[in-house]
Amino acid sequence: MNLDLPLVWAGLIAFAVLAYVVLDGFDLGVGILFSFVQGEANRDEMMNSVVPVWDGNETWLVLGGGGLFAAFPLAYAIIMPALYAPITAMLLGLVLRGVAFEFRWKTRRGKFLWDWAFATGSTTAAFAQGIALGALVQGIPVAGRAYAGGWWDWLTPFSLLTGIAVVAGYALLGSTWLIFKTEGQVQNEAFAFARVTTFATLGLIFIVSLWTPFLSDVFMKRWFAWPQILFVAPVPLLVALAAFILINGLTLRHERSPFLAALTLFVLCFAGLLISFHPYLVPTAVTIWEAAAPDASLEFLLTGAAVLIPAILMYTAYSYWVFRGKVNSAGGYH
Amino acid sequence: MELPDPLTLARLQFAFTVSFHIIFPAISIGLASYLAVLEGLWLFTGGAVFLDLFNYWKRIFAVAFGMGVVSGLVMSYQFGTNWSAFSDKAGPVIGPLMGYEVMSAFFLEAGFLGVMLFGLKRVGPKLHFVATLMVALGTFMSAFWIVSVNSWMQTPAGYGINEAGQFVPLDWWAVIFNPSFPYRLLHMLLAAYLTTAFVVGGTAALHLLRDATQPASRIMFSMAMWMATLVAPLQIVAGDMHGLNTLEHQPAKIAAMEGHFETRAGAPLLLFGLPDMQEERTKYAVEIPELGSLILTHDTNGTVRGLKEWPRAERPDATLVFWSFRVMVGLGIAMSLTGLWSLMLRLRRRLFAAPLLLKATILMSPSGLVAVIAGWITTEAGRQPYTVYGLLTTASSASSIGAAAVAASLMAFVVVYFLVFGAGTFYILRLMNSPPHASRDDLPPGEPLRAGGLMPAPILAGAARPPQGPGP
Repeated sequence: MNLDLPLVWAGLIAFAVLAYVVLDGFDLGVGILFSFVQGEANRDEMMNSVVPVWDGNETWLVLGGGGLFAAFPLAYAIIMPALYAPITAMLLGLVLRGVAFEFRWKTRRGKFLWDWAFATGSTTAAFAQGIALGALVQGIPVAGRAYAGGWWDWLTPFSLLTGIAVVAGYALLGSTWLIFKTEGQVQNEAFAFARVTTFATLGLIFIVSLWTPFLSDVFMKRWFAWPQILFVAPVPLLVALAAFILINGLTLRHERSPFLAALTLFVLCFAGLLISFHPYLVPTAVTIWEAAAPDASLEFLLTGAAVLIPAILMYTAYSYWVFRGKVNSAGGYH
Repeated sequence: MELPDPLTLARLQFAFTVSFHIIFPAISIGLASYLAVLEGLWLFTGGAVFLDLFNYWKRIFAVAFGMGVVSGLVMSYQFGTNWSAFSDKAGPVIGPLMGYEVMSAFFLEAGFLGVMLFGLKRVGPKLHFVATLMVALGTFMSAFWIVSVNSWMQTPAGYGINEAGQFVPLDWWAVIFNPSFPYRLLHMLLAAYLTTAFVVGGTAALHLLRDATQPASRIMFSMAMWMATLVAPLQIVAGDMHGLNTLEHQPAKIAAMEGHFETRAGAPLLLFGLPDMQEERTKYAVEIPELGSLILTHDTNGTVRGLKEWPRAERPDATLVFWSFRVMVGLGIAMSLTGLWSLMLRLRRRLFAAPLLLKATILMSPSGLVAVIAGWITTEAGRQPYTVYGLLTTASSASSIGAAAVAASLMAFVVVYFLVFGAGTFYILRLMNSPPHASRDDLPPGEPLRAGGLMPAPILAGAARPPQGPGP
C-alpha cells in the first residue's frame, strides 16, 4: 500500500481540530453566555444542556494536540512555544471550566465561585484559541528547527481581532445550541443573544477574510489569482448562503436551522483556512511533509487510530442520540 | 528580585504540574481495581454491603478521575510549550506511544465510565461489572503507555537517529518494552494499589473510631490492611529489583540515591547524611559498613561506584535524590510495619478494637501519595542532566523561552492549581468524612457528577422516562 501518510495524518488532525472547534465551540459558547443569564434555575438549565457531552467534545483537543505531537513533532515544537501565552491561558481556562461542571453541584456556599469559574474559564479559553489562530495565520518566524520570534509576537491587532471573532463565533454556536435544546425563558434569551452574535460573527468573518490575504502573498495568490479563484469562490458564496439561512431562521424563530447554519459557517471558515494554509502546517515556513515524523511512526499510530477513532465517533454519535430533545433545569431530558 | 534562569523555572513548572497530576491517576488506578473487586464480591457473594461500598467509593473515584483528566490535559501541551526541542527530537518515538495512551485510555475509561457511574439499573449487574472491569483495564492501559514513555526516556532502546537529529523508531517492541519498563510499571502499579489501600484504610479507621460496629467500615478496613500486609512487602521486593535495574543502566542515579561520592569496595549503607555537591562528600553520615555493597552487588566486598566517577556537570543532585529516596523507602517500611501490626492484631481478633492502630492508619492515609511523589522525584531528579538518558540533555530539550514568560505561567499554574485542586481535595475529604450508607443507591438525581467520561451517563441511570424526539 502506498499511502501518503503525512497527508493522511494532516487530514486526520484537521478533522480532529474541526471536530473540536464545532463541538467544544458550542459548550464554550454556553459558558461565555453564562454570566449574561440571571437566575439559578436558568443557569442550571444552560449547564445541563452540555453536561453529558462537553468532556467528549474536549477530548478532540487532546487528540488534535497529541496527534500533532506524534505525527508532526517539528510543527508541534515550533507552534507551541510561539503561542506560549495564549496556550497557557487556554489550558488554565479549560481547567477552571472543566472542574466547574463537577464542583458547582458539590456546594451551596461556593456555587457562585464555580459559576464565575465556568464563565471566565470558557471565555478565556475561547479568546486564547482565537488569538492562537490569528497568531498562526499572521505567520511565525522560524529559524532552523525552532521558533525564532519573541514572546509577545502573538499580540497584534489582527490576533486580537481573531480572538474577539472566535469568542463571538462560539457565543453564536452556544446561543443557537440553547435555542435548539431549551425552552421558555432561556430560549427567549438565547434568541436575543443569537441575533447579536450573528451580526458580530458575520461582521468579524468579513473583516478577517478581507485582512488575511494581505498578510502574505501566498494567501493572496491562493484566493485571487486566476483560474484558482474558480475553485475557491464557492467558499464565500456558501458563507453568504449559510448567513442567509441563519438570519432567516432566527427571524422565523426556527429551533434547529440556526444551529445547523452556525455549524456550517464554522465548517466553511475552517475550509477557507485549510485552503489558505495548504500545503503548510506552519504557514509559509514548514510544510506537511517537512514536519512529518518518519513513516514508521505514522504507520504505527495509524493502525490504532483506524480502529479507535471510528469507535470514538460511534460513542459520540450514540451519546448525542441518547440526549436528543430538550433539557430542563432539573438535569433530566424530557 | 532576580528571576532564576528559564531552564530552572521550566523544570519547576513541569515538576509542579506533574506532581499535582500524578496524585489523581495514582488514586484512580488503585480505586478502579478496588471498585472491580467490590463489585465482583457483591456479584459472587450477594452481600449487599459490597454494593454499598462500591457506591461509596465510586463517587470519590469520579471526582479524582475528573481532576486527573483536567490536569492531564495541561501535561499533554506542556511538552510543546516548554520542551519544544525535546518534542522535535523525541516526538517520532514517544509521540505515537502517547497517542496510544490518549486513544486507549479514552476508549476504555471514558467510554465505560458513564456506565460504571450511572448505569447499574439500566444495563444490569453483569454488563455493569464488565464496564467496571473495562474502566480498571483503561486505567491500567493509561499507566502502561505513560510508564513506557517515561521508561524509554530513562533507558532508550530500539531507536535510530536521523539526519535531522531526531530519534526515530527502528523496533517498536524494543521501544515499548525497553529495559527499565517492566520494573517501573510493576513498581508504579503496586504503588497505586498501596496508595489506595491506605486512603481506604484511613477512611475506614476514621469511621471505626466513631462506631466500631459498622459492617461496611470493618470490611473496608480489613481489606485495606490485607493489602498493606501482602502488597507492602511485595513492593519492597519490586523496588529492590527496580533498583538493581537502575544500577545496571543508570549507576549515577544509584550513587546519588546512596550518597556515595567515592568508588569503593565494601561500601557502607548510609542511613542518614547530607550530601554536599560542592564539597563532594556526604556530611554527618550515619552508616552501616558493607551493607551498601551487599544490597547493590549481593557481595559484602562488591565495588560500588561513586559520583566522582562522573564529571561534575553529569552528576544528579544527590542532596535532593538522597532524601527523596529515603522518604519513599521510609514510608514503604512504615506501610509494611502497619501491615504486620494489623496482621498480629487480626490473628488475635482485635483488628477493629485497637484504637492505636486505627489512629496510626489515619495518620498513614496520605503515605502512599507522598511516597509516590518522593519516588518520582528520585527517578526524575536522579536521571539529570538528561531527558533521554545519556543522549539528550535537559538543557538542550527546553524551548528558548524567556524567564519572565515561564515565571508568569508558573505563578498562574500555582494559583489556579491550589484553588482548583484544593477545592477538589476538600470535596473528596468531605465525601470521605461521611460514613458509607447502607443501600445508598445511585448518585442524587439532578446532579450530573462527571468531569470525565463520554458515555451518556445520567440517562443510563435508567432515569425513568425514555427520551423523546426533538422538542415541539
